[in-house]
Amino acid sequence: MLSFNILITVALGYVVLLFGVAFYAERRAAQGHTGWLRSSLIYTLSLSVYCTAWTFYGAVGYAARSGLEFLTIYLGPTLVMIGWWLILRKLVRIGRSQRITSIADLISSRFGKSNTLGVIVTVLAVIGTTPYIALQLQSVTLSFSVFAGDSGPWTAQDLSGTALWVAVGLAAFTVLFGTRTLDSNERHHGVVMAIAVEAIVKLFALVAVGVFVVWGIASGPTDILARIDASPIAEWQVNGGRWVGLTFLSAAAFLCLPRMFQVLVVENADEQHVATAGWAFPLYLAVMSLFVIPIAVVGLDLMPAGSNPDLFVLTLPLSQGANGLATLSFLGGFSSATSMVIVAALALATMVSNHVVMPLWLGLRPQGATVSGDVRRVVILARRISIAAVLALGWLYYRMSGGGTALAAIGLISFCGVAQVLPALLGGIFWRGATRFGAAGGLLTGFAVWAYALFLPSFGAGGVMSEALLAQGPFGIGWLRPQALFGIEGLDPVVHAVLWSMLLNTSVFCVGSVLSFPSPVERLQGAQIVNVFEHSSGPRGWSRGTPAAEDLLVMVQRILGSRQAQTVFEQEANRQELSGYLPEITPDFLERLERELAGSVGAATAHAMISQILGGAAVSVEDLIAVADETAQMMEYSSRLEAQSVELTRTARQLRDANDKLTALSIQKDGFLSQISHELRTPMTSIRSFSELLRDDDVSDVERQKFAGIMHDEAIRLTRLLDDLLDLSVLENGQVHLNLQDGNLRDIIDRALVASKQDASLKVVRAPDHERELLHTDLDRLGQVFINLVANAQKYCDADRPTLEIAVSRSEPDVFVDFIDNGTGIPRKHQAVIFEKFSRLSDQAAAGGAGLGLAICREIMERLGGSVTYLPGKGGAAFRVVLPRAQALAAQ
Amino acid sequence: MNSRTPPEQRPAVFLERTSYRRRRLRDVGRLLPFIGALLFLVPLLWNAGGETRTAMAMVYLFGAWAVLIALAAILSRPLKTRDDVAQQSNGPD
Repeated sequence: MLSFNILITVALGYVVLLFGVAFYAERRAAQGHTGWLRSSLIYTLSLSVYCTAWTFYGAVGYAARSGLEFLTIYLGPTLVMIGWWLILRKLVRIGRSQRITSIADLISSRFGKSNTLGVIVTVLAVIGTTPYIALQLQSVTLSFSVFAGDSGPWTAQDLSGTALWVAVGLAAFTVLFGTRTLDSNERHHGVVMAIAVEAIVKLFALVAVGVFVVWGIASGPTDILARIDASPIAEWQVNGGRWVGLTFLSAAAFLCLPRMFQVLVVENADEQHVATAGWAFPLYLAVMSLFVIPIAVVGLDLMPAGSNPDLFVLTLPLSQGANGLATLSFLGGFSSATSMVIVAALALATMVSNHVVMPLWLGLRPQGATVSGDVRRVVILARRISIAAVLALGWLYYRMSGGGTALAAIGLISFCGVAQVLPALLGGIFWRGATRFGAAGGLLTGFAVWAYALFLPSFGAGGVMSEALLAQGPFGIGWLRPQALFGIEGLDPVVHAVLWSMLLNTSVFCVGSVLSFPSPVERLQGAQIVNVFEHSSGPRGWSRGTPAAEDLLVMVQRILGSRQAQTVFEQEANRQELSGYLPEITPDFLERLERELAGSVGAATAHAMISQILGGAAVSVEDLIAVADETAQMMEYSSRLEAQSVELTRTARQLRDANDKLTALSIQKDGFLSQISHELRTPMTSIRSFSELLRDDDVSDVERQKFAGIMHDEAIRLTRLLDDLLDLSVLENGQVHLNLQDGNLRDIIDRALVASKQDASLKVVRAPDHERELLHTDLDRLGQVFINLVANAQKYCDADRPTLEIAVSRSEPDVFVDFIDNGTGIPRKHQAVIFEKFSRLSDQAAAGGAGLGLAICREIMERLGGSVTYLPGKGGAAFRVVLPRAQALAAQ
Repeated sequence: MNSRTPPEQRPAVFLERTSYRRRRLRDVGRLLPFIGALLFLVPLLWNAGGETRTAMAMVYLFGAWAVLIALAAILSRPLKTRDDVAQQSNGPD
């Protein structure tokens, strides 16, 4: 008999080996050498988590009791894998494109990211998986106890103590390799590698025992067949209901078990692997189950009656003295149990932390969460606690159930529980019309039926359900008997429960979906998920499923430009101490690359591009929304820039106009100055020349008087010019002080006529009655205007008998005073220019003035609030002075 | 479905042979699980209600299993081609 201590040593050594394998795999993955980790062999082997200790030990026991029926557990998954094109391919594609992290995540995300559904599925999964974990713990402790047989059978305390140690060790492994970092793809390379190693170990162990049995104990296949015929299970009564029902159940569980979803979909690295696993995994299952019947038959033959057939795989080699083989077999069983627990704990912890803990925590925080360091820490902590909690629950269940055969039936009950997710799963990925309401209704209905018909009765009569309840139904209602619903008796309890739960689940799901309306997010998710093949592209042509550095360089060159892209890659290659300019693609490098790209195309687009290269997945809706956000911001910014540039253009134009005006004014001023100097020079020249004559020459008295007179006139003229200039300047600068007084219009006109020295040469026609207007204005200035106009008429009217008509008229609220002479008037082309400074239309000498008169009049009238304009079409020259009536009214 | 796809995506009436063959192989891939289910249901037909020899049943079942595995292995290569164009047109056909 093998020493128990040696066994412990071997077991511990094996555990250390697993830890080592996991560490090594993680380190290689962190460095980016994920090539061989992403092989389809590893993927296929990881699927072997389906074969747990229940199948390693329990299959033989099942076969020994019921013959070939045990095969149904493997036939279901075989059919699912062979039909990978139908269902699995779509699931994997959806998982990649939507970044699904668990089955609860898939259901929740498909139906409008509903957290309620996520919680329901999580709770269902935890309730369904806990007994299964207890089953694994039981198997391991039983296998330990087989080897400790020489020191007496173990007590229950020994068993539960061992189970505790095993549970703690498994929790440690899972926490260590499952929760060290938060990988956004939820890939756990270390765990997957360890699982793959364990798959090889258990296959090898079982095949070794089988070979030993067939060729070692028996003498070959024909002998085995003969032995089968001679054994208690030679005749197989085919229970059609169970055959079909259990095959269907195992197929459903294969898709819905959290641990299977984790390795099938979440840990999948390349879609092409599914095609290989489609035939390779059924092959694995076939080999695993090939030797079960031979071992069972030989065991029944050789082992003493009453020995536990579940443990034939161990006890048979031991009884034949093959201790090494027994140890190997022990390791195989140990591998089966531990791989299931690790992956199941990981999957459940992910679901619990994502759908229960994080929403609670985020809801309790007042200000909402950003993806900061402390959120990641909380998530990792939640995962770790969940792993410990799940294992603790499993251990507690094991303790409370006391071990024994009760657990063996739990396997199928657990399958039935998790299979309730199947309608929502398949409906969700194939049917656009599936809604959250329908899915929730279906799940709850299925869960209720399962609990009522299978789970609770499994605690035995008197456990949860009373004997009377089981026999006669609640309140004596016969057709609600838990194990004979609606009066259908005679069905195996498991098949019965599967039938009713699936039927009612699916019905409620379909009816509920048809009757309810989905929300917009649900519709969007539905379209994305059901039509995933139209929205995502197939696997890229990367070699071995990883992006080659060259392809990455090509993509980056398109954005950053070839020089910058090559510089970045060269720097990375130097950093990695590689020669050449192509570095290894590590996650760090990709992160850095994403940052570089973000500088050019924005963070959201860079992230989308990098994740597309990384995962071969299509861009998710969140990524698109982020890209759209950034694009909107950029567009807003650029439209603001555009508005600013338009404003700048306008300002520039205005500046140009102002500049033009100033230039024109400056030219005007130069012209003005030159004209003034010309005007001033003319009289000065006269005065100078005449004064020279007076000084130098001898002149007669008559001449002297004449010269002096001319000089005097010129001086007066000069003075008048200077006065006018000053006046005009004062008026133009607005510095004039208006002396507002009340007065009569007639008086002003009288005074003007007197002051302008009206002589008989000009006949003035007035209508004094109309001139009775009261005015409140600067009377002197107004008089100045009238004087000027009369003087102009005197100077320029060229009629034979010059006549000036002064006509006063009213037009509310203004008063018009018209000065009309009977000369030839002013030609049209000069009508605008006569009001300009220094403009004279005829000979200067005759005018005697400087040409400023009308300019002064215009300025004065503008200051007074009126105007003076030329009236065309009156025959002679006609000027209209407009006095605003307000001035007049103000007097009254 | 055909009325919804734009004209350029509707498959031509006369197809070239390789893509046609590939599509038919995909059809076999879709049928295979149902064929497997039928094969595995055969035991129900034997002496329904009566009893059958375990040894014979075992040989039959593992034989059918091996056939299915072999068929799936043969099909996996053409179904796996990295032809994005062909793969994308798997909806309507």
